[in-house]
Amino acid sequence: MSSVADAARPASQAEMSGSEIILKALVDQGVEYIFGYPGGAVLPIYDAIFQQNALRHILVRQEGGAVHAAEGYARSTGKVGVVLVTSGPGATNAVTGLTDALMDSIPIICLTGQVPTHLIGNDAFQEADTTGITRPCTKHNYLVKDVTQLARVMHEAFHVATSGRPGPVVIDLPKDVLFAKGPYRAPETVRHRSYNPRREPDMARVAEAVDLLVNAKRPIIYGGGGIINSGPEASRLVTDFVRRSGFPCTLTLMGLGAVPAADPHFLGMLGMHGSYEANMAMHDCDVMIAIGSRFDDRVTGRLNAFSPNSRKIHIDIDPSSINKNVRVDVPIIGDVAVTMRALLAEWQRRDPTLDRKAIAAWWERIEQWRGRNCFAFAQGPDIIKPQYAVERLYQLTKDRETYITTEVGQHQMWAAQLYRFEKPNRWMTSGGLGTMGYGLPAAMGVQLAHPDALVVDVAGEASTLMNIQELSTIVQYRLPVKVFILNNRYMGMVRQWQELLHGNRYSESYMDALPDFVKLAEAFGCVGLRCTKPGDLDGVIREMMANGRPTIVDVAVDEKENCFPMIPSGAAHNEMILGPSSDGKPGKPVSEEGMVLV
Amino acid sequence: MPVQHPVERHTIAVIADNEPGVLARIVGLFAGRGYNIESLTVAETDADKHLSRFTVVTSGTPMVIEQIKSQLDRLVPVHSVSDMTLGGPHVERELALLKVVGTGEKRVESLRLADVFRAKVIDSTTESFVFEITGATDKVDAFIGILRPLGLVEVSRTGVAAIARGKTPM
Ligand SMILES: Cc1ncc(C[n+]2csc(CCOP(=O)(O)OP(=O)(O)O)c2C)c(N)n1
Ligand SMILES: [Mg+2]
Repeated sequence: MSSVADAARPASQAEMSGSEIILKALVDQGVEYIFGYPGGAVLPIYDAIFQQNALRHILVRQEGGAVHAAEGYARSTGKVGVVLVTSGPGATNAVTGLTDALMDSIPIICLTGQVPTHLIGNDAFQEADTTGITRPCTKHNYLVKDVTQLARVMHEAFHVATSGRPGPVVIDLPKDVLFAKGPYRAPETVRHRSYNPRREPDMARVAEAVDLLVNAKRPIIYGGGGIINSGPEASRLVTDFVRRSGFPCTLTLMGLGAVPAADPHFLGMLGMHGSYEANMAMHDCDVMIAIGSRFDDRVTGRLNAFSPNSRKIHIDIDPSSINKNVRVDVPIIGDVAVTMRALLAEWQRRDPTLDRKAIAAWWERIEQWRGRNCFAFAQGPDIIKPQYAVERLYQLTKDRETYITTEVGQHQMWAAQLYRFEKPNRWMTSGGLGTMGYGLPAAMGVQLAHPDALVVDVAGEASTLMNIQELSTIVQYRLPVKVFILNNRYMGMVRQWQELLHGNRYSESYMDALPDFVKLAEAFGCVGLRCTKPGDLDGVIREMMANGRPTIVDVAVDEKENCFPMIPSGAAHNEMILGPSSDGKPGKPVSEEGMVLV
Repeated sequence: MPVQHPVERHTIAVIADNEPGVLARIVGLFAGRGYNIESLTVAETDADKHLSRFTVVTSGTPMVIEQIKSQLDRLVPVHSVSDMTLGGPHVERELALLKVVGTGEKRVESLRLADVFRAKVIDSTTESFVFEITGATDKVDAFIGILRPLGLVEVSRTGVAAIARGKTPM
């Protein structure tokens, strides 16, 4: 900084230590919670935390849990999740969570300790090349070697994490920088030199989009997580568009809640385990508008058979998401809320006469697909069907302010299919990376942000064990999180694929020697409940909801149940396999090309 | 049948902050996403503003080239990305240093050809020359091809630097 600028600095801005600068920056950015775990390299920050009250530190039990907790916090509030970990193993433990946040576009700031500047590169104790390791799994990262740059980097990091397509940002902090004294700068004084993504759409493109939409005969709205990221206003505007146009709407796994599930225009989730009607409508539509969704391979199925006869509009804030997998006709780069406002204005200005007859015929076809009842299951008197457990959970919790997180596997898909989300930010799941162990720490972050809400992690028994240590955190902070385990004693999703692709050879997918989850819960100081009979389920769920305490519910479900419908890898949307209980015939076996896909 | 799109070669110029790790970000992006780098040159071009210019020669289908550009543009320290190949007329040059070892007729012949290609001798001993040649990639390729049978033992090339023709800056 030049001497002129130094002179201009108000006298009140005394120099602060690096650690103090960090905490001040966090407070000025509106941060309430830091999820972290201490270690040698970050002790100065922990010392500064000890001496203040503005920020609350949540001590997790493993750094991976910290990142997922921050993700849950961020996804359920729309704010940034903040993580603090030590150098070396602290930072490497955070890598999975960072990758998860990158894939699902979750704004995270992760502060990592680092060995002092003069030791960097020396293989010092607990040294890791954190910026090197995290470069491909963050939106951006910084190594701060000069305390005078620290305040700027902190504020810049928040800008980068939250603007454009959100994502995780790592700030690597050598220990000497934490002790060094430097100036503080307020957030308003920092403007990024190169990164200022555009939010406003090109109006000519919006007009082109409306041209296509008003002439559509078989339209579909395909919304994704970008709507949620854009904020609640975006969900409101998309819903408004759905209702004004009367067009059918499907949402991705990440987009659930953007349009209320109760809305009759909503066809359910699309994709590999999406609804039959949503996937068929995607395949047969003539105009598709993708809103904050990214044509991910779990959504498109076989690319060269994806919605072959449609003209496609794509709204996304990230230009690199457009034309990546699927060529679109009208690309619109912009924030969902800003763009939808413009699109709705254009729509209203034209007051269009739609092809009502064609659209009514389209709805008729959709209703026929709906009539196949693709999520149907047959609940008998003895064994609990996992779908039934989710269905009862939904029925009993829907009138409460409820937030659902999940682990990864069949239970995740059943939750996505059968739990109905009426609002955005109520559904937290690891979509892009598919990280087992996400749901429990994520629920912890959600519960902190929404202390009075009911927060349920719909879990599988295998996934739960991946971050089970966080029960200890949950107990420490008296977070009444519920872990609702659909215990099928299998890595169910793995078993399902082995049935589909590998001749029922259940290689390593059976969980031998599972713990007694009730005793496990009790050992941590939580409540443990078990349910084995369909008739007892409601009672157990009610007990879980009423006890006000962290609780594991171990629901023994049908071990053999598979998740349907399913678009097998390498197949097209209209080659869906339907389950035995729905009204359809079995699909074709998986092709050889399909076998190599994941 | 899926339509087969032709693979095109594009020269892309990138202006980015000259800060530690930018090169790694750009190279990592190409490696991580399986894009091709045919050549890459980089140097600081504005010391006051701490800006570097990268010139990447890459190849791919039009859709992949479009992805490469958006992915580059998405990197936080990148200020601008421009596709020289699509952007209209531009010039591309690279520089090569070539060591040729030999005596007698071959040595004389290499010197004569250097003259034809407007290469300069920048070092010589009784048994060797180092030539410096500047030109478009195909000219440098041609010169290297011709020198090969005449005792070419070592090649060092800079890769392409490119700039648009006319008065408008990037
Ligand atoms: C960290 C991680 N490792 C491995 C996998 C691969 N995987 C996907 S689902 C699954 C089984 C999950 O089992 P469980 O939690 O019991 O859920 P279920 O499918 O039985 O409902 C596995 C191993 C993964 N998604 N994440
Ligand atoms: Mg299981």
